[in-house]
Amino acid sequence: MTFFYYLAAFLLIRRLIKRLKYSILYPKWRSLLTTSNWVIIVLYFAVAFTVDDGVNELIASAILLTLLLYVDKEPDFKSQKAYVQANFPLVGVGFLNGLAILFASKFYDKYDTYFNLVTVAAFVWIFGKWATSNKQEEELRIVAERKAELEALVNERTAELVKQKENLQEIVEELKATQDQLIQSEKMASLGELTAGIAHEIQNPLNFVNNFSEVSMELIEEMTEELEKGDKDEAIAIAADIKQNLEKIRHHGQRADGIVKGMLQHSRASSTTKEPTDINKLADEYLRLSYHGLRAKDKSFNANLATHFGENLPMVNMVPQDVGRVLLNLFNNAFYAVQQKQKTAGPDFKPTVEVNTTTKGKNLEIKVKDNGTGIPDEIKEKIMQPFFTTKPTGEGTGLGLSLSYDIIVKGHQGKIDIATKEGEYTEFTISLPL
Amino acid sequence: MKILVVDDEADVQPLFLQRFRKEIKNNEIEFSFALSGEDALHVLHNAHSEIVLILSDINMPGMSGLELLTHIREDFNAPPPPVVMMITAYGDEENHRQAMEKGANDFLTKPLDFILLKEKLKTFSE
Repeated sequence: MTFFYYLAAFLLIRRLIKRLKYSILYPKWRSLLTTSNWVIIVLYFAVAFTVDDGVNELIASAILLTLLLYVDKEPDFKSQKAYVQANFPLVGVGFLNGLAILFASKFYDKYDTYFNLVTVAAFVWIFGKWATSNKQEEELRIVAERKAELEALVNERTAELVKQKENLQEIVEELKATQDQLIQSEKMASLGELTAGIAHEIQNPLNFVNNFSEVSMELIEEMTEELEKGDKDEAIAIAADIKQNLEKIRHHGQRADGIVKGMLQHSRASSTTKEPTDINKLADEYLRLSYHGLRAKDKSFNANLATHFGENLPMVNMVPQDVGRVLLNLFNNAFYAVQQKQKTAGPDFKPTVEVNTTTKGKNLEIKVKDNGTGIPDEIKEKIMQPFFTTKPTGEGTGLGLSLSYDIIVKGHQGKIDIATKEGEYTEFTISLPL
Repeated sequence: MKILVVDDEADVQPLFLQRFRKEIKNNEIEFSFALSGEDALHVLHNAHSEIVLILSDINMPGMSGLELLTHIREDFNAPPPPVVMMITAYGDEENHRQAMEKGANDFLTKPLDFILLKEKLKTFSE
């Protein structure tokens, strides 16, 4: 019966060889395992047919036990542990057989069929284990493969996502840069619209400067003449006129100066410094610029400018060029609306743009009203959206109101309200906290 | 000779008064002023027969100089019709053309050349 022990040992080693074949451990163990296989075969023939049955069983069991203990201890064969351990019952049975043969041969002889049966059973047990561990191994292998596949997939997806995230970040950066550029070009576009208005606004004070200085030169000549004639009173009267003229020259010089400064402020990249500002002055300045800007493009256009500036309004903290831009935008829109209406309305239509400044509660209110085309209900919600415009392509950027909204609501914690009736009027109300 | 000057810039008034200092002193010319087209119509309504010459800016808020011209030719044109001179901005061809159509007698461009204006006044008063 010793054949089974050697066979078990032989098969164990074969299994180890087979399992290691595709692992990096194979070169380390190959020769040792192959040699031991041959050794087992040689041992079988050397021992099985030369010694007595009892000793034979003991030797075979000892050989198998040695192999098992060695393999069991070796970490490289850890995965085969279950299979290795399935061999131990056979070893036990072998020792029992050997001892029984040696020390209770009569008992053994009487029940040798049972002894053999137990041996075969222990051997079969190994194969039962072998089959199940094979199955488990296969399952483990499949699970490991799936895991590897999934991991690869996860890595791939992660890489994709990281790449997408980077792309999106780049796009966001680009969009921010584009937005800044758009804001700047909107400023420049509105400055372009202003040019004609500014030219007109500067031309007027300059004309006065020239005219008053010319007339003053004449007056000085006259004064000299009067003094020569001895008419002192007349000379003094002329001197008073000259003084008045010089004041006028100064006044108009400052007026031109203010316009140039306002223009520079308007074109400058946003500053966020708030300063106490006279809203009436600001509104008046931009109303005139806007009006003359439009008239420069359409010489036949004319409108009533009705200004109702509240008296004794407090100075309000604001970024003047930003709020100026909002006002300019509202005025431009108002003039555009009345101009459009004039194209279809009868000769009785009087285009009117109205500005109102008051304090209401803890707010400063600026109303810009026109009796133009009004805003249809269906687009009322959209007019504050960036890039929304009703003007023909190339005439409006669609950024004016959206920037105005940002300036008033985000920059000044204020509000913009709209009241409008299609075909009749539009009224924008800006509220700024005092 | 009574002249009505229509301009929305108030400082035009001392300028005219000083430029025509001698003429005013010698009672050759008398000036009235209006700050808007509406204002001018009001002045004409009260004293149109006395005013022989009207000098008007075109570019004014409210009633423009061209509208004023139309009103003058419609309502205050009783013979002898007043002479109307329009003041236009430099290079403003469109307004020039429209003013001609509406019956303006002459044009002046800004900035006003008072020497030229005086010469023109002489020809009209002769």
